[in-house]
Amino acid sequence: MVVSVQEIPKNDPLAVPEQKAIIDRILAENKNLPGAVMVVLNELQAQIGFVSPAMQAYVARQLRAPLQQVRGVISFYSFFTTMPRGKHTVKFCMGTACYVGGMPQLIEKAKQVLNCDIGKTTADGMATLEVCRCVGACSQAPVIVIDEELHGRVRPNKLPQILKKAQQ
Amino acid sequence: MKYFRSHVLVCVDPECLSKGAHDVMDALNDELVAQGLIDEVQVLETSRIGDCAIGPELMVYPEGVHYAGLSVDDIPFLVEEHFLKGRIAKKFVAPPKVVTDEELGAPMAKEVRVVLRNCGKIDPENIDDYIAEDGYAALEKVLGSMTPEQVIEEILASGLRGRGGAGFPTGRKWQFARASKATPKYMICNADEGDPGAFMNRRVLEGDPHSVLEGMIIGGYAVGASRGYIYCRAEYPVAVRTLRIAIDQARAYGLLGENILGSGFSFDIEVRVGAGAFVCGEETALMASIEGRRGEPRPRPPFPAVSGLWGKPTNINNVETYANVPQIILKGAHWFAGMGTEKSKGTKTFALAGDVNHTGLIEVPLGINLREVIYDVAQGIKNGKKLKAVQIGGPMGGCLPEEYLDRPIDYESLAAAGTIMGSGGFVVMDEDTCMVDIARFFMEFTQDESCGKCTPCRVGTRRMLEILQRICDGDGRDGDIETLEYLCKWIKTTSLCGLGQGAPNPVESTLKHFRHEYEAHIYEKRCPAKVCKGLIRYEIVDACTGCTVCARNCPVNAITGQRRQLHVIDPNICIRCGICQQVCNFNAVVIR
Repeated sequence: MVVSVQEIPKNDPLAVPEQKAIIDRILAENKNLPGAVMVVLNELQAQIGFVSPAMQAYVARQLRAPLQQVRGVISFYSFFTTMPRGKHTVKFCMGTACYVGGMPQLIEKAKQVLNCDIGKTTADGMATLEVCRCVGACSQAPVIVIDEELHGRVRPNKLPQILKKAQQ
Repeated sequence: MKYFRSHVLVCVDPECLSKGAHDVMDALNDELVAQGLIDEVQVLETSRIGDCAIGPELMVYPEGVHYAGLSVDDIPFLVEEHFLKGRIAKKFVAPPKVVTDEELGAPMAKEVRVVLRNCGKIDPENIDDYIAEDGYAALEKVLGSMTPEQVIEEILASGLRGRGGAGFPTGRKWQFARASKATPKYMICNADEGDPGAFMNRRVLEGDPHSVLEGMIIGGYAVGASRGYIYCRAEYPVAVRTLRIAIDQARAYGLLGENILGSGFSFDIEVRVGAGAFVCGEETALMASIEGRRGEPRPRPPFPAVSGLWGKPTNINNVETYANVPQIILKGAHWFAGMGTEKSKGTKTFALAGDVNHTGLIEVPLGINLREVIYDVAQGIKNGKKLKAVQIGGPMGGCLPEEYLDRPIDYESLAAAGTIMGSGGFVVMDEDTCMVDIARFFMEFTQDESCGKCTPCRVGTRRMLEILQRICDGDGRDGDIETLEYLCKWIKTTSLCGLGQGAPNPVESTLKHFRHEYEAHIYEKRCPAKVCKGLIRYEIVDACTGCTVCARNCPVNAITGQRRQLHVIDPNICIRCGICQQVCNFNAVVIR
């Protein structure tokens, strides 16, 4: 998928002046670092929320790296997304302790409450559901992370209350 | 930097400041000058040492006495009593702050804290706190009085081995990197702690980041490196932030950067963040990731010590390895070598998880046996149940049954038992755990995280997962066990990196020790632990009071029944999620 700079879709962050400014600032700050591709993509993911195909082409051009390298990095690491996400991210920890602690049941329940599958965003664009690797809070298993906030020892009957945070 | 016999840490939280903490501090300094003690006692600012309720408070180390409610007028008395006469001024002693910490409580029986000694005790965002605990004294000693060769000699003599799991002698690694002629050389700290159930490194990075920095700087001096990278996984944002604060503070104090402590040695450290790939914990994949590429491993040799980051000599150690270094330098190799077994020295942190009474972080001397860890440190199995297996070493580790409990925990005997030390995951499983399901769970993890570069790992783990999945689903066939054994053997011997080579371990060890469970699944279509969904069925028994809680919580509405009457589960709709059993207050839901 080759996207030249001329073909930027109207709703792409590159077409929005404020977001374009953020992208350019990130590029300017990190351009000369060795191994800049990872650093820049990490920052873009954190500050813009995703890295669209047009952004990937732009980054490759600015860093003078092959587009193939940028796309390769994006597809390799699970943190990068190429599509916009929901306002909130709900992550279900699938570490050993959480798995043993009943996470599969909680996921079933959450899918029902939010009417949305894992890896998808709810129809109202409020929440993106994800399964994630161990977040390292095993002593509080099972753990659900909504945005940056961690909810430990989640029981099925408490789940709807917790998920409310991802619905508004 | 001078050696002080005593350090006074004065709390400068807003509340203490409003009660005159700075006045107390000034008075203390004046009094120490007046008594001629200012070269022996150092006064530092700190925070959060108590609840600030009764006015200015301070801690005096090495005694660790907590004084509170001091006013300027009390200072001459305190200095005379404590620092001149060496008596504790009982009048002002306040009980030490009770640390409430879910992950890291007070040390349990048989614990020895070396790496974790400062965690929860000092303010990780204040370098002075660390310095007051002899922080950077080892660096000063190294730069002031030791040659790089002497540093390596000391680490070799201590017997320190890599805490990332493989257990390669750290001193040898440093020797190799030192012997490489090319420049510049790099130091890398592997903080990509990806094993599910392991969070030892996160805790050290968040609680005592300077100990890792100090270990890296000392290592950098020993191998002749000029630059260091800490590769931290993206799942640890707090650790990344804490590290960056620590690096800035160390730079401001001249402990990082050009000409450190006037020694002529220059070294700087940068944090790089991963993006969610387990395989990046493998050293060659990690370096590829720092270089901004896909984190795929490559064959070794050449080893990183010869050709690593950007083709230059590179030394990679784990967080815990570096955190051990300053104390070895300060207390001497003999002190460190005094702990542990003949070949495995020192202590090891473990993250206890699973069905034990005490979960969380522990640090024990190597050589302790599994039984002591489970029954003394972790205080036994939860709810009085029976132990079934211990899984050590993360997803590449093996499961050990009860017969192995008297084995000492050291690199060699764990390897002989069919598992690995790993980075320190320690999951205890009780009798309600299905070992086939556990093997499937770990295989799902490694299969998902396999980077796809080499065929045995990419294809082999997928084949194994398919077989395990069908056994758990109740569709196991005659011959499956033999096929698994065949795959284990070949994936182990032909994979490129540690991920593939270790991936069969959970399956191989459960096949060895719990073969009867596999057989029950395949031939009797029965899951002995009643876990595998394809082989169980939920039923409601007469104890049901018809409270409707289960019906309301069922995600697929498989439960029907009138209020105050026995409810029924439709097995055709039921997805065997087990929520009904969890929410039932009358133990009326049973598994058949």
